[in-house]
Amino acid sequence: MTNKLSGWTFFGALTLSVQCAWADGPTEPFLTGVDKISSGDTAWMLTSTALVLMMSIPGLALFYGGMVRKKNVLATLMQTFAITCMVTLLWWAIGYSWAFTPGSAFLGGTGRAFFNGMTFIHDPANQLSVSHLALTIPETVYAMFQLTFAAITPALIAGAFADRMKFSAMLVFMAAWSLLVYCPIAHMVWEPTGWLSKAGVLDYAGGTVVHINAGIAGLASCLMLGKRLGYGREKMAPHNLTLTLIGASLLWVGWFGFNAGSAGAADGRAGMAMLVTQMATAAAALGWMSAEWISRGKPSVLGIASGAVAGLVAITPASGFVGPTPAVIIGLIAGVVCFVAATSLKHVMGYDDSLDAFGVHGIGGILGALLTGVFVSKEISGVDGSFLVQLKGVAVTVIYGFAASFLILFLIDKTMGLRVSEEQEREGLDISLHGESIE
Amino acid sequence: MKLITAIIKPFKLDDVRQAVSEVGVQGVTVTEVRGFGRQRGHTEIYRGAEYIVEFVPKTKIEIAVDDALLEQVIEAIAKSAQTGKVGDGKIFVFDLEQVVRIRTGERDASAI
Repeated sequence: MTNKLSGWTFFGALTLSVQCAWADGPTEPFLTGVDKISSGDTAWMLTSTALVLMMSIPGLALFYGGMVRKKNVLATLMQTFAITCMVTLLWWAIGYSWAFTPGSAFLGGTGRAFFNGMTFIHDPANQLSVSHLALTIPETVYAMFQLTFAAITPALIAGAFADRMKFSAMLVFMAAWSLLVYCPIAHMVWEPTGWLSKAGVLDYAGGTVVHINAGIAGLASCLMLGKRLGYGREKMAPHNLTLTLIGASLLWVGWFGFNAGSAGAADGRAGMAMLVTQMATAAAALGWMSAEWISRGKPSVLGIASGAVAGLVAITPASGFVGPTPAVIIGLIAGVVCFVAATSLKHVMGYDDSLDAFGVHGIGGILGALLTGVFVSKEISGVDGSFLVQLKGVAVTVIYGFAASFLILFLIDKTMGLRVSEEQEREGLDISLHGESIE
Repeated sequence: MKLITAIIKPFKLDDVRQAVSEVGVQGVTVTEVRGFGRQRGHTEIYRGAEYIVEFVPKTKIEIAVDDALLEQVIEAIAKSAQTGKVGDGKIFVFDLEQVVRIRTGERDASAI
């Protein structure tokens, strides 16, 4: 009897605290006791953070590295690695604060610059800071988790301009892009004071913030840089699809941290996000493979790997909002549409998106964002979505992302130059930019 | 003395090595080469971009033989390298003027 009574009391208190959180929960990072932290949630978010970092290095690096010609493989691996390091420090300096602290409708505040105030005081207070966006885990973990997203997003862009951009110009572009494009878009979509978040745009794990954003920047950069020398005439076949398949597989595994980790907790929604991620990825891989088999005669390794990534991209915004059957549908559509985008659209339009950053991440991201509005389940997510609101999120990201990326690239081109010399490009970026080569 | 140069399908190399050993050949030199014959090349497609591979990978083997052994060796190569499909390769035979074994200084027939 006593047990039952205390059980009810506990339930009542829990309901009350949840209601309080809804009514006037924290709106900015705050200091709290360590007893408020859930060890289960924290354990999963520590794991997710490591998984998402693995997506960039070595996952994405290998995925892209295998697709370029042998003379550019080290330069391609180097880009992802260097971007990861650089964005880490930018995130510490101001990125995290601009993206994930309250501020204007477009950009966060500067209160967390240099991680100022992000603490863990073991003795004597036993307190730590917690983000208002993830109440049961330390803010250190939340900031690290988001850091890995901020790092992979610019690295994705590199697929569009592979084989021809100066390393120095690439670093400047990525630094500027991270602060002037990624941080504002992340803030607008994910931080409650952001205007797209207020408008009800749904983006569970970054379909808009990460993939549309990176894809459209990729389109801007391949238009700005122009085609690779000899494009369409010389053989530019991938030099090692084994690396590409390993990279795609690491991306797939890491993506469970990306999508299920975006629950911010080890809970039922995280489980559902993981399940639908697997469904959509398998469906998209088979979708791309089948479309290719039917239209070109052979099912290729590059095709099935690309299809898997397209499915991962498309399910990203939807993962916390949809059930498994819509996930299979989203995956199939993404596989076929991205196949068309990467194999036909780009040739028809005449731009040289070398590794299809736009064709896979841009198109797949847009598709996923829009389909999230179609398939969102209130049972799973507790929210309603709308196709039109999703369309608004897509449009804003595409327009702002393209314009801002184009402007940054234009300024770099006019000052330091974007592209390597013809001689360097012929010789290969490994030797000409890094003084190394593989045999 | 003759020098036999044969262009064969790479996966036939082991069969050919075994066949020529059986008729008494003491040494073979092998090189990986590319080229085209009636087989021409093939087409590879990567994300919609088609590349024509004009030169197909082949294996070149070189064997120096005494005149007495020539026909047997040619027959051994031709038999073991054959699949019956286009691209099986060719055998070329040249006159060989001199052979020197570097270790001993032996010449010609005894040096093969």
